[in-house]
Amino acid sequence: MATAVTRQVEARPRSVVTTTPLPKQGWIKEHETVVIGATAVIVFFIAWEGIAAARIMSRLFFPGPVDVWQAFGDWYQSGELGIDITTSAQEFLTGYILAAVVAIPLGLIIGWYGRIRAALDPFITFFYATPRIVLLPLLIIWLGIGIESKVAVVFLGAFFAMVINTTAGVRSLDTSLLRVARSFGAKDLTIFRTIALPGSVPFILTGLRLGIGHALVGVVVGEYVAAQHGVGRMMAIAGNTFQSDKVFAGLIIIALAGLILTYILQRLEHHFDAWRPQQLH
Amino acid sequence: MKLVARDVVIHHRRQRYGDMLLAVDGATVDIEDGEFISIVGPSGCGKTTLLSALDGLIPITSGTLSLNGRTIVKPGPDRAMVFQQPSLLPWRTVMGNILYGLEIQGVKTADAKARAHRLVDLVGLRGFEESFPLELSGGMQQRVNLARALAVDPEVLLLDEPFAALDSQTRETMQGELLRVWNETRKTAIFITHDIVEAVYLADRVVVFSARPGRVKEIVTIDLGRPRDLRIKRDPRFLAIETRIWESIREEAARDTDALAATA
Ligand SMILES: Nc1ncnc2c1ncn2[C@@H]1O[C@H](COP(=O)(O)OP(=O)(O)OP(=O)(O)O)[C@@H](O)[C@H]1O
Ligand SMILES: [Mg+2]
Repeated sequence: MATAVTRQVEARPRSVVTTTPLPKQGWIKEHETVVIGATAVIVFFIAWEGIAAARIMSRLFFPGPVDVWQAFGDWYQSGELGIDITTSAQEFLTGYILAAVVAIPLGLIIGWYGRIRAALDPFITFFYATPRIVLLPLLIIWLGIGIESKVAVVFLGAFFAMVINTTAGVRSLDTSLLRVARSFGAKDLTIFRTIALPGSVPFILTGLRLGIGHALVGVVVGEYVAAQHGVGRMMAIAGNTFQSDKVFAGLIIIALAGLILTYILQRLEHHFDAWRPQQLH
Repeated sequence: MKLVARDVVIHHRRQRYGDMLLAVDGATVDIEDGEFISIVGPSGCGKTTLLSALDGLIPITSGTLSLNGRTIVKPGPDRAMVFQQPSLLPWRTVMGNILYGLEIQGVKTADAKARAHRLVDLVGLRGFEESFPLELSGGMQQRVNLARALAVDPEVLLLDEPFAALDSQTRETMQGELLRVWNETRKTAIFITHDIVEAVYLADRVVVFSARPGRVKEIVTIDLGRPRDLRIKRDPRFLAIETRIWESIREEAARDTDALAATA
């Protein structure tokens, strides 16, 4: 009897993987964080509407969700909603994509070549330490009040977070991996393509994610100061004329844009969790 | 005669001190085709340095290093290194890592894939082809490290303390696996270790290095026959060889300590 059991165990191939499926959980349990979060948001809106409807403060100062919804309607009826959103979106996307297209290759080069880093470091440090928004008056003088000045300020806002993170990605490469590549006879370009680039991807994505916030600040503040159209400009005008409900409407658009974009990049970052060292999260 | 090191001298450039440190001072050893050589010696005596030079990663100051009569000047497909740290590309799967060397050397055929699959079996990782390194244990990572070196089908396998980070049980398993793989492939193997038992168990000959700067102090032939069972580690002949090498290294370690005391 005992020998039979032993033989059975030995007969199992050494390399076979045994996996057990996770036990099934209820839907609510599985999506617990989402359920809690959604409930909290709904409770918040109900409380907000309740307080606003009590009219302790005038609608001018403290509009409720229903008022804000009506403000959206007015904004749409005026025909400005579409123009404002497309203008802001255009400024954001042009500036942000340009920033990424320039910053990622530049960051890789700066990270890889010590001499280029030494030359550019002072400028990058200077600009990163300065809020780029202070350049706005200059940009308006140079580029006018059209979308160009906003594109420029978005670009400058997002650019440095992207460059600095990409550079950090290349610099934090594991030197033992470089040694492996060299040992197999890899040329510099191959090392760059197979080690430096994939190794920096999580850092590049972090840079892109942080860039979103900077870029959105650029859009809104840029339009506050001088613009013909845009969500920021609408908010500035509404703010000057005590239309709090319209300010809230603009704010919601900006917040939603930030949320959605950040969410997309977070998903991308999670995609790399399988190999990212745990402590980097 | 295959791999020849004659009067090899190697210096390390030390940026911080602005000088050249003599790491290996006249190492001479001839290694036969298909031979398994272990290298032991006190810490810091230049073992890794010599192995890196054999791989072509660092230049030598003087002497000759050649493989099949050709001088070694840079890494080549005839040699592959198994590093002390698994050093796996974390964004590649087990399969992707095993294929890495082949990819660099421009072999991208279905043939390469088939060979990689055979290696997965050989090192006992079937079922883990699509796992990422972070999902593997230390021993499994070292198996990938070994398979990656074997994948390029080198003539010489250079192993720098590949099992040093493993617990003693996994280590013994890996020793057995390595011998099995070596038996099947019959590659020339140069294996650095601090573990004398491991060195004797695996090798045809054990090279004992002197304290830094490294020289070949003695070469001990291991006449134990093959294949070797783990039980051989308890054999009186084994113990005699082990003791002899241990004393040889201890002598060097003592010399090293004396030298340190003298400079202090
Ligand atoms: N890249 C380097 N730059 C400068 N000095 C180095 C470098 N690598 C090693 N050395 C020095 O060269 C000497 C030999 O080092 P090596 O790594 O070859 O020793 P080792 O025998 O492998 O030691 P261990 O058994 O501890 O791994 C040591 O004194 C070390 O400090
Ligand atoms: Mg070493």
